[in-house]
This record gives sequence, structure tokens and C-alpha cells, in this order.
Amino acid sequence: MILLVLILLPFFGGIVAWLAARHDPLWARLVSLVTLTVALVLVAVEWLRLLQEPSAGRWVAEIRFAWLPRWGIDVHLALDGLSLLMLALTFFLGIAGVVVSWTEITTRVGFFHFNLLWVLAATSGVFVAINLFLFYLFWELLLVPLYFIIAVWGWEEKRRSYAAIKFVIFTQAGGLFLLLGTLGLAFAHQRTTGVLTFEYEELLGTHLSPGLSLWLLAAFLIAFLIKLPAVPVHTWLPDAHTEAPTAGSVDLAGLLLKTGAYALLRFAVPLFPEAARQVAPILMALGALAVLYGASVAFGQTDLKRLVAYTSISHMGFVLLGVFAWNEIALQGVVMQMVAHGVSTGAMFMLVGYLHERVHTREMAQMGGLWSAAPRLGALALFFALASLGLPGLSNFVGEFLVLIGSYRVAGPTTIAATVGLVAATVYALWLVQRSFQGENVHNWKIKDLVGKEFAFMLVMVAVTVWLGLFPQTVLDTARPALEDLRLLAMMGGAG
Amino acid sequence: MTGPDFVALLPLLVLAGTTLAAMLAVTVRRHHGAVVAVSIVGLLAVCASLPVAGRVTPRVITPLLVVDTFALVYMGMLALAALAVVGMSYRYLEAREDDPEEFYILLLVATLGAAVLVASRHFASLFLGMETLSVGLYGLLGYLRGERRSTEAGVKYLILAAGASAFLILGMGLVYAASGTLVVEEIPRRLGATAGGEYWLGVGFALVLVGIGFKLAAVPFHMWTADVYEGSPAPAGAFIATVSKGAMLGLLVRYFVLLDAHSSPRLMAVVVFMAGASMCVGNLLALLQDNVKRVLAYSSIANMGYMLVAFVAAGALGAEAVTFYLVAYFATLLAAFGAIAVMAGDGKEPEDIKDFRGLMWRHPWVGTVLTTALLSLAGIPLTGGFFAKFYVLTAAVGVGRWALAILLVANASLSLYYYLRILLVIAAGAGEEHPARPAMSFSAAGLLAAMTLGGVALALVWLGVAPDPFLEVIAPAAIQLVP
Repeated sequence: MILLVLILLPFFGGIVAWLAARHDPLWARLVSLVTLTVALVLVAVEWLRLLQEPSAGRWVAEIRFAWLPRWGIDVHLALDGLSLLMLALTFFLGIAGVVVSWTEITTRVGFFHFNLLWVLAATSGVFVAINLFLFYLFWELLLVPLYFIIAVWGWEEKRRSYAAIKFVIFTQAGGLFLLLGTLGLAFAHQRTTGVLTFEYEELLGTHLSPGLSLWLLAAFLIAFLIKLPAVPVHTWLPDAHTEAPTAGSVDLAGLLLKTGAYALLRFAVPLFPEAARQVAPILMALGALAVLYGASVAFGQTDLKRLVAYTSISHMGFVLLGVFAWNEIALQGVVMQMVAHGVSTGAMFMLVGYLHERVHTREMAQMGGLWSAAPRLGALALFFALASLGLPGLSNFVGEFLVLIGSYRVAGPTTIAATVGLVAATVYALWLVQRSFQGENVHNWKIKDLVGKEFAFMLVMVAVTVWLGLFPQTVLDTARPALEDLRLLAMMGGAG
Repeated sequence: MTGPDFVALLPLLVLAGTTLAAMLAVTVRRHHGAVVAVSIVGLLAVCASLPVAGRVTPRVITPLLVVDTFALVYMGMLALAALAVVGMSYRYLEAREDDPEEFYILLLVATLGAAVLVASRHFASLFLGMETLSVGLYGLLGYLRGERRSTEAGVKYLILAAGASAFLILGMGLVYAASGTLVVEEIPRRLGATAGGEYWLGVGFALVLVGIGFKLAAVPFHMWTADVYEGSPAPAGAFIATVSKGAMLGLLVRYFVLLDAHSSPRLMAVVVFMAGASMCVGNLLALLQDNVKRVLAYSSIANMGYMLVAFVAAGALGAEAVTFYLVAYFATLLAAFGAIAVMAGDGKEPEDIKDFRGLMWRHPWVGTVLTTALLSLAGIPLTGGFFAKFYVLTAAVGVGRWALAILLVANASLSLYYYLRILLVIAAGAGEEHPARPAMSFSAAGLLAAMTLGGVALALVWLGVAPDPFLEVIAPAAIQLVP
């Protein structure tokens, strides 16, 4: 029941926010904030329950009822540790999105929050749906509100529509391949068992010929790698990120990319373990390539927001590397990296957004010496830049370190190449702070520092980053049973 | 003919009766509202008569017609679509025509022809139905005599449709010469009765397909589509996009089953070609358009391609997929054209994409309906178009037509570009102030238009959220058709 509530709450919250905004835009913001806080509290309650009594079964919570009996499609939602972490991230970053839009979004406030909440509703659907058709439905539903967010509230009139359309076409093309793959799998299952179903748990271990298995995995991978995004299908990301309003960038980086990573973990490998093992070296190489490519291109950017966007590609490279290493340590690292990247990059985008609101440019050449004008902003930027480069004691370090240890056991040379990415990260992160905040304030910037709820929320994000960095055990404990389960499934599927 | 035959024919009889009643009403006194009322009551009566007729089906009535669940489902769809067109026409014509009454008579005549088509099992009833449909359409398309382009659309359609009919009738003649029968079911059995029969039969069928392909606007018989959609009044555009095409496709589904055409590789190759070409050509040409009605025209060609993909899948699943796609497509196009008709009711008919700028903020409800329709065309979840795409792909993958399925995926992704472009314009101008709208004065025409638009939009979302009730009607009909 709780799962349905978690999806419907933002769904209806969005409609209420839209209608409420007719009165006063403030209402839309308040409604969204309350909705998301309630959702986050509900997730937290589930989380505490999970930590106190690690359940014996696979799912902590589950709901299932018939939807389209004609096609064997049920509404089937289930929650395990992995989904739970993703849900917590979803609503946390949702709140971040509302906070950061408080001053930035001034037009059509109601419609904006409607879209924002629908993005979150669809995202939480993606993280808990375990009927493949339902998963696909949420996967596609996610696009439209995000499209509107980029296209209506984005930055430059001309470029934002280009970015938004490019984003949707890339991801929708991937989505349709996902549908093809799903159908192919379901029909293959029907041929061997006589039952047409889209249930994840029933499709696991479907007997497939090696060739078909590879093709179906390819269809799934197209969808997931575009979302992740992996090089060379990443080109939509810098445009979408750069043009989106801050809340859009936060949710793109923090949530949308995670749906790709989550889907790799939950679906791609367990459903086609044998084929995944075959292509693993290629995908790990792609992951390492993304780490290096993202980092080095980030270094070449002059636009602050674009720089942060490319760092995302680099960070998600670690995720790809870890997923296809597929051992315990690497997978724990992947989960950690997903959470850590969501928070730290989200925070980075928020800072860039605040900065842009104040100086009306994202060109780093126009900045410089901003520290003296806005010390809080500068300190926070330095903090998250350090988190991004993987400073020990902060969240990203844990994730990247675990991924590298785990991957090294499987593919040494590839991992060593990826490790170089950490050095490149140091360069771009410090370069960013150096060019925008340090040095002389040659342009004589006099800007308002962060105050009030902007500052308060950033402190919360700092606290989360430090907490994740120093006490990662809570997150790892939450995810461990789920990850072991996935590994077991993949092993059984491979044997049978 | 016996009593039960008349019961089975009840939907057609009611429809014919409604047409007569509308004609008589006009001769007594010209009154726009009255004709509209007669049409609406009549079309509702047609829908009400369907369950009654359903009790005595399936039933073959004379060699010409067969009334089974499949035919009744299609008649229901056609009647509801016609109803929606009537609903959007009242306000539209009230604003621009002095003598709008005959529009509804033509519309009812055309609907009657369409309803005959979906029950046809004989080449003669195919021809009769198609000509009745076409005659109605000529008038509808060119109804706005004051506007040059409307007349152009009507004449263009008249000439090309007449040509297509000529092909059709020559094809029928050849089929008859080769097989000695016009009863579709018997043609395969009569093969080999005459020397060289197979050859002439093939030629005959090819010519018949030309005639049908024209009506479907499938590539390469699609040339007329964009001009006719652009020039014709919006409700007539809605009618030709839904009722005319839907009836023809229903007929094609039945004929292919009766002829067991799915076992003929040559015929299937033609259909596969038409499907692929329609998808690609429709989408590529739509990319270049700035006129929204033309975009809808090319998108309808592409959609016909998608439907033909489903068509390729033999058996009940194929028939079911085509029918479901058609239902979703009806709702989608009626919503889109309905929104255009409502906008046109205020004055100038919106055409260029610029006319739609900020629609979301000027007319929030109309904007929402048009947005929903475009999302449905793009195949986004929670709209009928989503399940329609799912169905088509299921049908294609189910019979192992992977290449066609992948071509469809590529086309569907491509088509997003022009749907999203319109969506973007609808949502543009977020920060601009729009002049306050004059308070809408209450009128029966306005109310009817609002109800129609609300109804189709609701159907669109219903199809996307809980399509099961529809499937429960469609699936048995398909199974009865393809035992």
C-alpha cells in the first residue's frame, strides 16, 4: 500500500499544486514542499523498519493487483533496500528542486510544480515497478514532464527547445527498444512455458538461446545506456543539463541518470546473466572510457554548468564499470556512487544556479574572485568540488574506491585506466573553484551571499555528504541483502 | 429476409432512417439546431441498437452483408466518431455558413456508406458502400463554398476518388472474370475454374488494392491527403481521417480473413511494402510542415503505416491490434481536430503553427486537450496512443516481424520531433501576458463543442489508463472474425 501511496502522492500533489497556483504561486510551492516532505518521511519510516528487522523475504513491501488481465499485466510494485535508497534520494532531491526554484521560477509556477511532481512520481514508479510493462510505462512517463521543464523554463529561448527535443528523442528511441526487448522476452517466455507474462520474477531464468539472449540484452542496454548516459550515446546530456532550469538539472543528474543505473542492476544483468558476462569486458571498457572522456572534456569547458554536466558523465562511468564487474564490493560501490553522485552533483547544480541568478552568466571567464563577495557560496562550492573529485571522508570517495577495488579483480588494466580519471577529476574540480571563486575580483562583483532557506538546505546537503563519507555502513547495510539477491539471481539464471 | 435479419440490420436501418429524418426536417424548416438534434439522437439510437442486433449475430444477410460482432463493433466506432464530428461542427458552422444544414445530411449519408463497408462480404456491397461514402465526402470537403481552398479540396478529392473507383471496379471485373464470383469468401475456392485464372486474379486484386489504398491514404496512394486535410473544414477533416479510413481498414481486415490472404506471400509483401513506405514517407514529409493540419495529414499517413504493421500479423491478434489502434487513433484525431474546430469557432481557422502559440495559457482547456492528443500520437503513457503502439509492436514481434518492428521504432522516434515542436509552441510564451478573453456567452453550440471535446479527451485518457473494458469488447469480436 505504501508504495502506491508514494507514487500517487506526488501525482495528485502535482495536480493540486497546479490548481492552487491560480490563487497564489506560493501555494504551489508550499503544496509541493509538504507533499514531498510527507513522502520522504514515509520512506524514512520504511527505512528504519528495514534496518531494525532485516526481513527474510526479498521485498520489504509489496503490492500487486490485476490491471490488464488480457495481457498478463499486473500493477506490481515492490520495495527492497536498493529501491528504498533510490526512493529516499528521489524525494530528497525533489525537495531540493522545490527549494532551488523558489526564487528562480517566477512564471507559470503552478504548471512548473505540476511537472516537477510528476517527474518525481514517475521516477518513484521506475524504482519500485517490477512488472516489466509497468516499468516501461513509468520509464516513458518520466520524459514528458521533464521535457516541459526544460522547454518552458530553460535558459535560452532557441537552444532550450533544441536541447529538450534532443533529450526526448534520444531517450524515447531507447525506450522503444526497451519495449521491443521486453516483448521479445515475454514471447520467448510464452514459447517455453505457455504463459504470457511481464512479471519480473517469472521472467527471471527464462530459457533463451545464446543468440536471442544477446539481442534482447542489446535492446535493454540501448535504453539503459542512453539514460546513464554512457559514451558514445551521451550527447543529449550536456545540452539538456545546460539549458534546463536548476531544478531540472538537479533532477536530471540526481534521478534520471540513476534510473539507467538502477535498471542495469535490476533488469539488464539478472535477466540475461550469461549474455551480460559475455559483453562485460566491452561495457567495462566503455565505463572506463566515460570516466576519462567525461573528466577531460569537463576540463575544457568554459561554461560552468556544462562543466558540471560532463563531470556527471565521468561519475556515471564508474557506475557502468562497477555494474559489469558484478562482484559484491563493486556493486556496493555502485550503489554508494549513485547516492553520492545524486547528492553532490545535485548540490553543485544548485550552487551554479544560485550563482547564475546573481551574476547572470555561466562563463567562468566572467567570474573570478567571487569568494570575497560571497564567502558562503565559495566555501560550499569548494566543499562540493572536493566531494566531486573524491576526497576521502566525503561520499564520492567511498563509491569510487569500492568500485575500483571490485573492478580491479575482474579487469585490471581497464580499472587502472579508470583510476587515472580520479586525477583528471582533481584537475577539473580545483580548476573550477580557482577560475570562478579565487583570485582577484577583477569584475568588481558585488553579490548577495546565500541566506535563509537556500543556505540552510545547502548545509543539509553538506551534512548528508559528510555522513555518507564517514558512515557509509548504513547505506551499505541497506543495499546488501538486495544486491546479494540480485547476484544470486544472476548466478542461478546463468546455471539454468 | 426474415425478422431476425431486420433486427441484425437495425443499426443500418436506424442510420438510414436518421438520414431521411434529417432531410425531411430541412425541407420543413431550415433550422441548424434542429438538424443537429436529429443527427445526435439518430446516432445515439444507432449505438443503442447495437446490443439489440448483437443478439442475433453472426448472421449472413443476402450474399451482400454479414453482421457479426466485428461489424457491430466497427459500426459503434463509426457512429461515435460521427457523433463527435457533429458535436464539433455545430459551433464551427454556426460561425461561418449560412446554410449549414446539409452538412449533417451528407455526414449521415457518408456514415451509412462506411457502416455498409464494415459489414461487406461481397464486392458489390464494397462498391456500394464506398461510393455512398465518397459521395458524402465530396460535399463535406468542399462545404465552405466561400473559401477557394475548401472547394479545391472537394474537387481534388472528387477527381482522384473517381479515378480510384475506376481502378477498383476494373479490378472487380477481372476478379469476376477469373473466379466467376463476387462473394469474397468463395473466390479462393473457385480458383482454377478458368485457364490462367490465377494470373488475372492477381491483377484484379492489385487493382482493388489501389482503390482501397487510395481511401486509406497509404503510400504510394497518399498524394491527395495533405491538400485535402488543409483545405477542408476542420470537422470534415476529422471525418475523413477517422470514419472513412476506419471503415476501409475494417473492410480490409475482414477481406483478408475471408480470402485467407495472409497465406499469400506476394500479397503480404505488398502490404509490408505499403506499411514501411507509409511510415517513412509520412514521417519524413511531416517533419517539413509548418501547417498543423498538414502535419496531421502526414502523421495520419504514418499512422496508417503503423496500423498496416499490425495488419501483417495474421489471426485474431492482428485483427485485435488493428481495431484497438483504430479506436485510440479515432479518439486522438477527433481530439486534435476538435481542438482546432473549437479554436476556429472564435473566428479564423488556425493553421500555421504560429497560431497555436501560447494556446495553453490562452485557452487552458483546449490547450490541454490538444496536448493530450499530441502526446497520444507520440505514444506517451496514460493516453490511448501508448497502448496502441504497444499493441502494434506486440503484433509485429508476435509473428517475428522484427525488421518491421525496428523500422516502426525508428519512425516513432523520428515523429516525436514534429509532435514535440507543436507542443512546444502550445506551451510557449510562458511569461507573456495575453489579452483577457471576452467572457464566453452561453450557447448550446458552445456547450456541445465543450462536451464533445471533453468526451473525446476523456476517452483518450480512459484508453490509456484502463483499456480493459475496450479490450473485452474488441477481443471477442476479433476471435469471432478469425475462428
